[in-house]
Amino acid sequence: MAASSSGNRILFPPQMVGVVGLEIHAQIHAASKLFSSSGVRFSAPPNSLVACFDASLPGTLPVLNRRCVEASVMTGLALNCTINRKSLFDRKHYFYADMPAGYQITQQRLPIAVNGSLTYSYLGGRKRNQVVTKNVRIKQIQLEQDSGKSLHDDHRNQTLIDLNRAGVGLMEVVMEADMECGEEAAAAVRELQLILQTLGTCYGNMAEGQLRVDANVSVHRPGEPLGVRTEVKNINSARYVAKAIDYEIQRQMEVLDTGGTILNETRAFDSKSGFMPEPNLPPLFVYESVASVPAGVDPTQVVVIDRLKAILPELPGVKRAQLVEEYGLLPEHSFTLVNEVGLMDYFERVIQKTKAEPRKVIGWVIKELLGNLNQNGLRLTQSPISSEALAELLNILESGHISTSAAKVVFQEMWKLPEKSVKQLVAELDLELISDQEQILQICRRVVDAHPEEVRVIRAGNKKVLNKLMGIVQKETKGRTDPLQVRRILEEMTS
Amino acid sequence: MKLPKYGIFSASIKEFFSTLATITVKRSITCRMWFLSWKIENSVLPQRTKISPDLVDKLESLALVDFGNQEGVNCLEEAIRFADQLHVVNTDGVEPMDSVLENSAALRWRDDNLKLDDCAWELLQLATDTVEEYFVSTQGQIVGRIICAKNPTTL
Repeated sequence: MAASSSGNRILFPPQMVGVVGLEIHAQIHAASKLFSSSGVRFSAPPNSLVACFDASLPGTLPVLNRRCVEASVMTGLALNCTINRKSLFDRKHYFYADMPAGYQITQQRLPIAVNGSLTYSYLGGRKRNQVVTKNVRIKQIQLEQDSGKSLHDDHRNQTLIDLNRAGVGLMEVVMEADMECGEEAAAAVRELQLILQTLGTCYGNMAEGQLRVDANVSVHRPGEPLGVRTEVKNINSARYVAKAIDYEIQRQMEVLDTGGTILNETRAFDSKSGFMPEPNLPPLFVYESVASVPAGVDPTQVVVIDRLKAILPELPGVKRAQLVEEYGLLPEHSFTLVNEVGLMDYFERVIQKTKAEPRKVIGWVIKELLGNLNQNGLRLTQSPISSEALAELLNILESGHISTSAAKVVFQEMWKLPEKSVKQLVAELDLELISDQEQILQICRRVVDAHPEEVRVIRAGNKKVLNKLMGIVQKETKGRTDPLQVRRILEEMTS
Repeated sequence: MKLPKYGIFSASIKEFFSTLATITVKRSITCRMWFLSWKIENSVLPQRTKISPDLVDKLESLALVDFGNQEGVNCLEEAIRFADQLHVVNTDGVEPMDSVLENSAALRWRDDNLKLDDCAWELLQLATDTVEEYFVSTQGQIVGRIICAKNPTTL
């Protein structure tokens, strides 16, 4: 069982498969916390965003943030969930220094949304260019509090507590164990991230802890009962999601292969214990439509599902389908456009400014632009080539002033010298196509005359040797000739 | 009334004991007005619960409360005995309430507005141990002590 060279894929023994479920904690994008009015900000000075309630001072009570309710309902709608008209809050008791109350307010019995689904895709197949689409069931979405942060000072053997994060609203999205490996889990997380970012309910920046993934991993032979689960907790990097899960699957398979058993260490206590209803919060009601709101209820105290449904933005899946329809793109291309941050906008800006066909543009955007960005470890915002510049290059290509191979050379130069204009570079590099027919004929004649042996072989029937002559012409002209034209001329001359 | 399982007891053991202290005081006052008090026969109550040493250990670790001595165990058994009286009440078909206000109180929420709070700053001044605006947490387990109410009602 070795990791293949192409990244995440691990070769499993044909019998055993991985079983992966996810619990994803998404920090709700809001100005204030779930039950208190202190602010939500990453990297603020320690203990500067802490209300009395967050520090669990006696006498303080939770007051629910309306924005968090709306965010969780919108997320539930985007994930095809049933929104529970009535949901309840519970306390989950455990002791940890970064949770002053000794319990976390969560929704264990009756969460805000249940029974949804998420459709996700990834590029699979041997060449990684086929869109593979899968589905994962969403068990539930619940509102809960985040805990503070603890920093371990090993030097002085003490733990330092920062309560800035204590009480920040979280949506916990529970995905059933419908996934089989790290790649699928990572793709599901990526799709959820895109959806949350589109909704604006969570910015999903994993490095800042806005999206954290816990994976439940086990292995078994299909048809047999599920194996013992272990938890991989607090994965906070998109790249690490697949790696960590695959590593755990591989570890479990190796243990079982050598006759060992899997130990579940993380659950120190039965997950069912430690819960009690939150007595300080009555049930949470949301209403289906304006008509179903009882008379006399304060309209500012009401969340109406229909109103939120109406303002749901276009989700990534819809955007992908639209790109395919509008521009005739291949599914794998539209997948990449939506998957990479800002790439879709870049592509559409180029389309606007160029006469080139979308299918041609996409090739440049994905292969040349994205390829170079990835090679140099750059994000799209750091691209030395703007959408206007690329459009200009494509226009020059379209109008026949340069050949495709010349355009690629210009592209590389544009990358290195972004301050120079496309026209400037084409002139400096002397890459403009030779338009003088006489000149081309002369060059071809010269090449043909200089290679009598090759001409004889071609005339004898081996047409492949023609490519060699073409190559020589291209080299002589520094790629400034149209290949099709040259081929025609050479064919004539050697017939 | 069906009592919740020990699982929930263990989770809120501190709360339970503080409630018990209050009830015990009130009940002893009631007993003085003998014409208003009533006695429940032992025979209608379930068997007296004995706490095993294993259960004591588990409760101690769950609740981070140190009561593993005879006095502490007696206190807990007396508290359970006291609560056993609730078995006399018929609660068939009655859903337990989470809060006595759950049917009358509407959950009121607030708008997503920021309010600057200097609470943590004040707390940092009061904390015994801080390091550069961080609270310092105690190493190892936090353990409290159960203080038994004087004269728990015996049955």
